Amino acid sequence: MSQLEDELNAEATESEGAAARSPAALTAFRRGLSGVTVPILTTVIAFIAGGLIVLATGHNPLSTYSSIFNGTGFNWLFPWVGGAARATAAGNLQQTLIQTTALILVGLAVAFAFRAGMFNIGGQGQYTVGAIVAVWVGSSFAGMPAVLHIAFAIVAAGLAGAAWAGIAGVLKALTGANEVISTIMLNWIAIWLGVYCFQLGGPLQNPSMPSTPVSSNVVAGAKLPVFWGSAALQGLDVGIFIALALAVVFALLIKRTRLGYEARTVGFNPEAARYAGINVGRTWIRVMLICGAFAGVAASLDILGWKFSLFTNDIQTSQIGFYGIAVALLGRNTAGGTVAAALLFGGLLTGTSDRNINLSIDPTLVQYLTFMIEGIIVLLVSTDVITLRLLKGGQRIGVALGRRPRDVAGAGRGGGS
Amino acid sequence: MSVGTIAVAPSRAVSPKRIGVAGIVLGALAWVITIPPIEARGMAVPIVLAVVAVAAGAWSVGGGERKLGIEAIVVALLAVVGAAASAKSAVGTLESVFTWSALVAATLRYATPLLFAALGGVISESGGVINIGLEGMMLMGCFWGIYGADLLHSWVWGILVAMLAGGLLALVHAFLSIHLRANQIVSGTGINFIALGITGYFLEYHYGPNGTPLNISMVPNVKLPLIQHVGFFGAAVGDANLMTWVGLALVPALTFFLFRTRWGLRLRSVGEKPRAADTVGLPVLRIRYAAVIASGMLAALGGAYLSVGFVGSFSNDMTNGRGFIALAAMIFGKWKPWGALWATLLFGFGNAMSDRVSSVNPTLGTLFEALPYVLTLVAVAGLVGRSRPPAADGIPYIRG
Repeated sequence: MSQLEDELNAEATESEGAAARSPAALTAFRRGLSGVTVPILTTVIAFIAGGLIVLATGHNPLSTYSSIFNGTGFNWLFPWVGGAARATAAGNLQQTLIQTTALILVGLAVAFAFRAGMFNIGGQGQYTVGAIVAVWVGSSFAGMPAVLHIAFAIVAAGLAGAAWAGIAGVLKALTGANEVISTIMLNWIAIWLGVYCFQLGGPLQNPSMPSTPVSSNVVAGAKLPVFWGSAALQGLDVGIFIALALAVVFALLIKRTRLGYEARTVGFNPEAARYAGINVGRTWIRVMLICGAFAGVAASLDILGWKFSLFTNDIQTSQIGFYGIAVALLGRNTAGGTVAAALLFGGLLTGTSDRNINLSIDPTLVQYLTFMIEGIIVLLVSTDVITLRLLKGGQRIGVALGRRPRDVAGAGRGGGS
Repeated sequence: MSVGTIAVAPSRAVSPKRIGVAGIVLGALAWVITIPPIEARGMAVPIVLAVVAVAAGAWSVGGGERKLGIEAIVVALLAVVGAAASAKSAVGTLESVFTWSALVAATLRYATPLLFAALGGVISESGGVINIGLEGMMLMGCFWGIYGADLLHSWVWGILVAMLAGGLLALVHAFLSIHLRANQIVSGTGINFIALGITGYFLEYHYGPNGTPLNISMVPNVKLPLIQHVGFFGAAVGDANLMTWVGLALVPALTFFLFRTRWGLRLRSVGEKPRAADTVGLPVLRIRYAAVIASGMLAALGGAYLSVGFVGSFSNDMTNGRGFIALAAMIFGKWKPWGALWATLLFGFGNAMSDRVSSVNPTLGTLFEALPYVLTLVAVAGLVGRSRPPAADGIPYIRG
């Protein structure tokens, strides 16, 4: 969570090439490792805690976790798995990667805001708005050439998400409104907007299915092509590449653009940024716009890649925005971390879903287990205690190199305005 | 000579501020006259009132009261929309939507859970700890309240178990925020996830797909003996739940505690200037712990009202964001109990309105469901006055 650490991490990495084996590089390498160690440790602790709860309610955590693991499809990577099991694993892995696609982007939507010192809890609403627009564009304009249609839908969804997040950004810039509350409220407003659109008699409800509260279907020309597995069995679509590309864009944005620099500076200390001449309000708005765009694109990839329509029930029960928060926090708000965390959660969601018929524990139970694990991860990430303990060894070296001791009071305030 | 250049200073009686307030009132009036009991028909009078309100707002802006003036103009414009809606609706429809006594009763029902949670938020933040986890604590109280009432066959036990559950979850939040000095907003978010997971897990584990049983002992309503059958008041407050009255009583009680007792002063000092409080010898960390646990218990009571006091069952994620609305109510109410009360009543009114609109127009009713959240957005945007949290709110305290 510490932007200071991320910033120093980034700078250390950049200097790595110049000083191959110097103490600075070694420290940077150790700190880079610790940057990976802490999330791994956090995850392990969270899974252990979840396992304890499973044990306390009379189920075997080991068999639970192993059946979840088999459901993720990661066992497809093991060369000794063959035959029918391999085919099942392949299907599961496709599902995991489908989930990962959206999680990467929603995670980035939260991560970028965190880097700028803001809490974007509004991923759910931005995703929803993006989904509404994506499904509308995807189901209209039937004659359009495929590439154009898909691009139009994705861009439109991104713009919708951006606008939705922009509301919170503008409110924060103009009135100082706490973006935690405003984004949460916008979430609910978006959900009700979606229910209104697709409910029976709603303006965007599917005219050919008058008794189902669902949107119209995305036309064939707007569906994302499937490249692994068959389209009929919901194989993996090219959306994953778009998500990964946008993760690279995120990394470039943070490290190599002026907006990224301004965002990080504002995240460190808005007052200092203001003193340095940065327009803090405008930075906030720009950051929120980009965050919303990420979330909106996530929705469009889901809609065009595998959902193809939107039920009001989907809108009301989706929790993807909140998974995005956990993904971003676990990934320490970096591009690589977010992708890895998204993969973990994608696996967890697939392994605990109804698809997994080999689950040794009731799937409904295990979905809530996922929430608990998620919550524990977020709790652990909220404190720097583990990080402090681990880095104590490196801290003496760090102080010698001029890094100031962790400012705990600042960490407590975090990014709230 | 220079007579023409001397600006006439506005006298106090017509200050821009008063004109702005008058503008807001007139704008609201433009709509209010079209609904029962006045039920003026036609758009003529509302439009006239709205125009005067806009003029007053513009004057106010020109006189320097920008926020009041803009509010007057916005209220006037919204009132015209409302008046148009009234004009389009039949008198009978309006009367069925605006049955004020039923609206008041519904407002109280919706406001009660919000009130408990908001009061919890006030206590926690008065002590300097941000409690975003109110939603999770409410949810815990909601589930464990009905679990306890079911298992131990009495709503009293349900309430107690709910308070215990909320307090325990709050203890986790307190430990993380106070001892481990976690980022309080992130830890609050984690608390919410955990509560969602725990309540859903044990709902499924203990009750299975059928959900909570029927006929669980519920918190009784208080039937006021004489008033109960008397017209407006009877329908409005004659049959309110016990917890509603407890919640309402808590408001002056907490105000008294916070502002007129020694421990209230100590709590507030810990939230404003913990360093000074420590110097005087107050146990800062322990007071904060107590504040957070109390807030968890109160939020849990709000959740328990939902399940054990009102609906009689529990379904997944039953609180549905109410904890966050309670937070907004706390901010709206400027971190004071009475303010929180008015805010929760306003939000409760929004919920009640959406119910009644749904009954006459289901499609429109869905949009109205978003009304409480829109009101909250308006509140946090400071359109009702910038408010200031306790000075040390959210900053972990480090001894020494």
